[in-house]
Amino acid sequence: MMANNRIPSGPNTPGSQQTPTQQGIKIFIQRDYSEGTAVKFQTRFPPELEDRIDRQTFEFTMERLNEHFEMAETADCSTYCEGCLACLTAYFIYICTETHYEKHLRKISKFIATQNERVYNPRGIHITDPILRGLRVIEITIIDVPNCQSPTGNSTSSQLRHT
Amino acid sequence: MYLMVSEREAAEGCGRGDAAMASRRVTRKWEVFAGRNRFWCDGRLMTAPHPGVFALTLALICGTCVLHFAFDCPFLAARVSGAVPAAGAALCGVTLAALLRTALSDPGIIPRAAPHEAAALGALEAADGAAGRPPPRAREVLVRGRPVKLKYCFTCKMFRPPRASHCSLCDNCVDRFDHHCPWVGNCVGKRNYRYFYLFVVSLSFLAVWVFACAVTHLALLARGAGLAAALRASPASAVSAAVCFLSVWSVLGLAGFHTYLASTDQTTNEDIKGSFSRRGSGGAGTNPYSRGNACANCWHVLCGPLAPSLIDRRGVLSSDARDDLPPRFAHVLCVPPAPAPAPAPAPPAAAHSPAPTHRNGTLGGSYTNLFEGGDAARHAYTNHSLEHEPVPLQHVVGSASRLRLLHDTTMIDAALDLDDPVAPAAAL
Repeated sequence: MMANNRIPSGPNTPGSQQTPTQQGIKIFIQRDYSEGTAVKFQTRFPPELEDRIDRQTFEFTMERLNEHFEMAETADCSTYCEGCLACLTAYFIYICTETHYEKHLRKISKFIATQNERVYNPRGIHITDPILRGLRVIEITIIDVPNCQSPTGNSTSSQLRHT
Repeated sequence: MYLMVSEREAAEGCGRGDAAMASRRVTRKWEVFAGRNRFWCDGRLMTAPHPGVFALTLALICGTCVLHFAFDCPFLAARVSGAVPAAGAALCGVTLAALLRTALSDPGIIPRAAPHEAAALGALEAADGAAGRPPPRAREVLVRGRPVKLKYCFTCKMFRPPRASHCSLCDNCVDRFDHHCPWVGNCVGKRNYRYFYLFVVSLSFLAVWVFACAVTHLALLARGAGLAAALRASPASAVSAAVCFLSVWSVLGLAGFHTYLASTDQTTNEDIKGSFSRRGSGGAGTNPYSRGNACANCWHVLCGPLAPSLIDRRGVLSSDARDDLPPRFAHVLCVPPAPAPAPAPAPPAAAHSPAPTHRNGTLGGSYTNLFEGGDAARHAYTNHSLEHEPVPLQHVVGSASRLRLLHDTTMIDAALDLDDPVAPAAAL
């Protein structure tokens, strides 16, 4: 299973021929459960990105992302104090304050937005914030496909099929 | 959910003249939510589809408390101490707050995979498996060195994370699924387990407290006049004492059981299935999620960081799947939209995949419409996905007696076997 950290959805994969024309090529980075159910994503470099970005940059992003999630999930003293206080107030405190986790989620969204803006978007890659996908996967979209074998052929075939 | 959406649609159809209203109204994500949950207060609150038993629980607790405050408290405040009503009020307040919090919050629902994600997964599975063979419905991962099977959920179109399970009543996968509790009218899962535990514990204290107060009241009355006269003088005390006496055993049992579960970081679901039993298959003797000692487990389960709600109920539904891409990307992708690709191993989704164009007006983007054939088709499909692994026999004996004990003490029988969509109907 560990090899399934990416889901190739290129034009040659059966069942997803239209993915490139419709929404770009999608790569899904799956969760890594090797250390329990805490949110952690696999850091293996997907080969689809090879000619667009260097391995170190990608791995840096993934590792930082995992660090952020680890910080959100780790329970240090202040988190426990927050939990205890919430428990003592019959959890009414959650109505008016933002939880530790939510603060980190905002940091993560910000981090992904900056990375997209500075590094990924100029190279035709877009990383979707995992919270939008239920923290299940990181969705990576590749937009202007340089080695797209026959973009016109693809689109005409899809048009033919639906007329 | 279904009904509410269709009613809204009908209402919109009727009042189309009111253009100003229509343009101001936004569709929020709870309105097109795929499961069967019911939402209240514009998506701020949510419950399971049939919150009738929850209303009964609420009525029972409120009724007993009213009897306690109306009949026992004035007498005891005068004769014993003014602290009696105060303590009762505090306990009652905490219990009700915990109950409402458990019942009305998101238990940790894992949102379903979007059609393109499911299609990509389907394509991968099709590529992996030999042609003509059905795709694998489970895959194995190692969690802290122990093998854990991830089952594919045909309804949610994804491999369920470890500890998650599909609740057949609410029709959602719930993270760290404990059980579906009809008494609180919601699933109990990762996000509301702490509230549930607080509810059970505070309710057992409350029941003991009310019982003790009622008995003290009767005893003080009976001291001069005898028991019969005391009962005649205060029949309400007798009623609340009886209600508490009958319920306190099951609630205390449940509190003890959940204390044990919290201290070992297990869920009811795992305990009943015997997932971490020593005689379990593959030698998976210990719980890979446990933190080693009881205090740390309790601490983490009850006071650890609270996971965020993943379903974003109040979020505004974007009219287009491309909305979360930056504008210049979305511009590149402006091609004539076509229906979602047909994933080979998921025929119903393929047959009814909503085209992105439909999302604009008709709520067609909702997964609710994935099963246009109605519930029969949906159930036929979920049934098709059932794949029970054989459970070792010694297991079954142990967990069956545990299940009976649990059932006898709590009457929770609905949806304990969560992969089976038929059981809850029989149970309710």
